[in-house]
Amino acid sequence: MTPAAILRAGFRDQNPGLVQLLGLCPLLAVSTSLGNGLGLGLATLAVLVASNGLVSLVGRSLPAEIRIAVFVLLIAALVTSVELALSAWLPELHAALGIFLPLIVTNCLVLARAEAFASRQPIGNALLDGFAMGGGFLVVLVALGGVREVLGRGSLGGDLHVLLGTGASSSGLHLFSEQHGFLLALLPPGAFILLGLGLAWRQARKAAAS
Amino acid sequence: MDGNAERPARRAIRAAIVLAVAAIAAFGLVAVVHEVTRDRIAATERAHELARFEQVLAGRPHDNDLLADTVTLRDPELLGANEVITAYRARFHGEPVAVLLEPIAPDGYSGAIHLLIAVAPDGTVLGVRTVSHHETPGLGDFIDTRKSSWIERFAGTSHGNPDAARWRVRKDGGDFDQYTGATITSRAVVGTVGRTLEFFARHRDELLAAPATIQP
Repeated sequence: MTPAAILRAGFRDQNPGLVQLLGLCPLLAVSTSLGNGLGLGLATLAVLVASNGLVSLVGRSLPAEIRIAVFVLLIAALVTSVELALSAWLPELHAALGIFLPLIVTNCLVLARAEAFASRQPIGNALLDGFAMGGGFLVVLVALGGVREVLGRGSLGGDLHVLLGTGASSSGLHLFSEQHGFLLALLPPGAFILLGLGLAWRQARKAAAS
Repeated sequence: MDGNAERPARRAIRAAIVLAVAAIAAFGLVAVVHEVTRDRIAATERAHELARFEQVLAGRPHDNDLLADTVTLRDPELLGANEVITAYRARFHGEPVAVLLEPIAPDGYSGAIHLLIAVAPDGTVLGVRTVSHHETPGLGDFIDTRKSSWIERFAGTSHGNPDAARWRVRKDGGDFDQYTGATITSRAVVGTVGRTLEFFARHRDELLAAPATIQP
């Protein structure tokens, strides 16, 4: 596979959020703001790249019976490491992402890429696939987070300062008062509806192209 | 070379060894990261805790180590928790400045609400903050100071100010405004702060008693 094809697959044709619909639980639960979406997106991206790389190195030498068990072990170790690192250096983001950080282990996207792609590809392709799939997931998380934050709180990037760790108490744009926000956008049903609209948009584009 | 040519028992042993090696490698990675981050995580948690304390102390000076000057309490009825709760004491030149209590409101709209309350030695509230909660975003999260200043209303109140009968939300005939659309949350917080102050009034002397640690 060419690098361009891998990137195209991750960001567009096989986008985990809008096409493969993998990892919906964290996608819907954490995308309440641009900052949260970006935080979880980056954590997932880091885990995906690292797990794809490791799996590509060891994958082919593993006996078939225990291949998946070893992948799960590797992914769990990586996620735990990312979680510890976040809680040491970005404790506020760690608190905001809460349970969804350890749950990256169960994000089927990570295991799916390890098993379906990285274990049978050279390391370069595997790393690039981790980046493309993680990036595609990140873009959807950030977009959904941004839209939900604007509708629900009237701000965009209002908690980015948590990510940057600059000690600032606010950041981003404030468009209108939070009291006039559209609460549904912040709740899980709103996330489903908005993701549905995203899917419809993607299908419409595909239909128009063909 | 082909796996099928290997005898099943040998195959199984090989798989077990590979799995064991992978487990040890994964364990090793986590152990190293844990070792590297441990001190920093402890320091961050400590700083976080102290920053919360500063908020409820409302600028009162203190010169002791709050995290070391503690007393443990247990009163499921007034403090809302079956477990033992730690109270921290703030002192300035050895004189008590405030007692910090962390009661739990068990009757929030969606689960327990953890509060932090600083009470001055005379029984008046210096400040109240919400430590953690699961209330509905946009409705019940007004108890978070990032969303509204409602919780600052408690500063200056005490057990007896207002009267015990008026330590409720306005809807129940009390003195405290409930937040529109979130009466249950308001009621839970007002009730818990009131009960905590009653606890303080009952146990004031024990709470303020001699330092748990000796000052240098």
